[in-house]
Amino acid sequence: MTTSTKNGAQALIQCLENAGVEYIFGYPGGAVIPIFDALLDSKIKLILVRHEQGAVHMADGYARATGKVGVVLVTSGPGATNAITGLLTANMDSVPLVVICGQVPTFGLGKDAFQEADTFGISAATVKHNYLIKNSDDIPRIVKESFYIASTGRPGPVLIDLPKDITSTICTVNANEAKMDLPGYSIPNEGSAKDISKMARLFRGSKRPLILAGHGIIISGANEELKNFADKIGAPVATTLLGKGAYPESAEKALGFVGMHGTAYANKAVGRCDLIISIGSRWDDRITPAKISEYCPDAIKLHIDIDPAEFNKVLVPDASICGDAKTVLRQLIGEVEPLETSKWLEEIAGYKKKFNLNYKIHGGLKAQQVIDEIYKLTEGKAIVSVDVGQHQMWAAQFYKTDKPKNWICSGGAGTMGFGMPAAIGAQFGRPDETVVAIVGDGGFQMTLFELATAVINKLNIKIIILDNKYLGMVRQWQELFFDNRTSGVDLEGNPDFVKLAESYGMKGLRIKRAADVNKILKKALDHQGPVLIHAEVVKEDNVFPMIPAGATVDKMLLEAPKQKLEKPKGST
Amino acid sequence: MSDKTNIHTISLLVANKPGVLMRITLVFSRRGYNIESLVVSPALDGKFSRMTITAQGNPAILDQIIKQCAKLIDVIHAEEHIGNNSVEKELALIKIETTSDKRTDILQLIEHFKGQTVDFNDNDLIVQVTGTTEKLDAMINMLKKYGIIELVRTGKVLMLRGREET
Repeated sequence: MTTSTKNGAQALIQCLENAGVEYIFGYPGGAVIPIFDALLDSKIKLILVRHEQGAVHMADGYARATGKVGVVLVTSGPGATNAITGLLTANMDSVPLVVICGQVPTFGLGKDAFQEADTFGISAATVKHNYLIKNSDDIPRIVKESFYIASTGRPGPVLIDLPKDITSTICTVNANEAKMDLPGYSIPNEGSAKDISKMARLFRGSKRPLILAGHGIIISGANEELKNFADKIGAPVATTLLGKGAYPESAEKALGFVGMHGTAYANKAVGRCDLIISIGSRWDDRITPAKISEYCPDAIKLHIDIDPAEFNKVLVPDASICGDAKTVLRQLIGEVEPLETSKWLEEIAGYKKKFNLNYKIHGGLKAQQVIDEIYKLTEGKAIVSVDVGQHQMWAAQFYKTDKPKNWICSGGAGTMGFGMPAAIGAQFGRPDETVVAIVGDGGFQMTLFELATAVINKLNIKIIILDNKYLGMVRQWQELFFDNRTSGVDLEGNPDFVKLAESYGMKGLRIKRAADVNKILKKALDHQGPVLIHAEVVKEDNVFPMIPAGATVDKMLLEAPKQKLEKPKGST
Repeated sequence: MSDKTNIHTISLLVANKPGVLMRITLVFSRRGYNIESLVVSPALDGKFSRMTITAQGNPAILDQIIKQCAKLIDVIHAEEHIGNNSVEKELALIKIETTSDKRTDILQLIEHFKGQTVDFNDNDLIVQVTGTTEKLDAMINMLKKYGIIELVRTGKVLMLRGREET
């Protein structure tokens, strides 16, 4: 073993270089000055953000768009706590991140030192794993383990809490010779032969099979396998919200996404199928009713997941296989026989025709029209990053996703303020592709300061703010379930977003009329550099279809109900 | 007192590192689940620790809790043990009020349960007793009428019989 003369910070940076890190999204502070100093001598590019939450969302968008690990560097105390929302977001959606936080020196730990927070304790519930390093010689091993843990199995964020004295003292271990020590960590890959044949048998005789493809397909890179599998058994494919792109949404057998605001035809199919197989989805409460026994009660339920803790969590499947989606689908395809599904596919085609997604163009500028136009202008090829709320659901409905890693969305956590910074991260990861952030006026204002990051780095992102001057999704619930008693949702007093963009040195465009949508979006796409498009859409529009929270698919609303609705029970 | 019929015993082999206990208790506390007893000590190989946790609750939810513990990076394995394939013991220290007229009765009771008097003076004594949770419960119940001043129990430890690893 060769002896190193690097200090902890330099060793850390070398480890990051070894891991293939291109970008670090970060914000400095007292506790991380040695690391920022070491970064000056590295080829890794530091992206200076404006707030730590923005840094984590950028790394998250980068990771989702590329499949690589996103890396964040922030300081101790408030720097670390500001990163927590981003960690929750990534953890809920299984996104690989390594988040490095500075910490007060080890001799100050637990003594309420300046900018001390118990980062290890606070973050524990929002990460896949975390570390507090108390010996500089542990840095190479822990960094190696962190990247391995973050990116393998069911991915997730890993946090490293790094006290300042540890980064300042010599690390005697050579960064290239680090050995991992993870006796408690194993990665499922192949399904067991017994589980495979048990599941394969259950397909026999199914007349109305349905595939539910989740984020796991995209993470595993199992798109081809999924397509082959769907073709072999003749099943239509619905996705989860995060599964958009797992199967081309414009394909004939594609049903779009299921759930509360999913397509009516996907939800109808869920209600009618006699077999449903979830691959890499966790039967989230936005796609299943509160009373799980009412979820396609007559269908055989099959579940493939890499995380054994997902089995029996929401529902007890008739058969399950623990393993990697790509490997398991390759195993399973050889064991299943083609099914006679032509009638079922006809029925599905009927639903797609009858319940097709649409919107009315008259009566003011509609968010759906703006999304539909950007879909057409970008030929469905853009990487779309969304925020959380009504616009998110409309984007999911009207921007069809044909390729994996092109749809970036905070699904599990539903983090407002995610969309725009995540788009910045995605653009760093895929600089030659069109990245569009579709955000609402509420969420955008939670992280709007990252406009500076987009401008300074001359990113080509197009930010579309669908501004209805309301927190529209909450207002919709108040209208439908709370006698239209709107409370805390009025955002009158929003800034002029065009002027805001201009004050950051960015091009700002405004859309006020339906007739201008195409022209202005074209202009935005033709412009080299970041553009903000302020679309002033109608104030009170609602997202349909809608399955009230916790209800079954037969309660799906296709349009505004005539009578008063009961308050949703059993789910948020 | 808790409903003893629904108590589950979970044994875990974990890395002997700071923070492991916190990770495990978070899995319980996020669901508002209480841990009834918890014993942690280094395993034969000091790199690892053995944990025995007892908790009560719905078996399906506890099954989920065990799976979520098992997937923690620092947990080597986590399993619930039921039936006769394991030996389960705990130890209790019980401080009892003693007066000369009650002393003989108390000492006889201790003798019956194979307890050991580890501190003895005019007004009180401390008895140490080991055995199954049920035996300890029975003894404590019988001692109650003499006046228990203090009670400390270690919580249950468990080991599988034969060559199967706990």
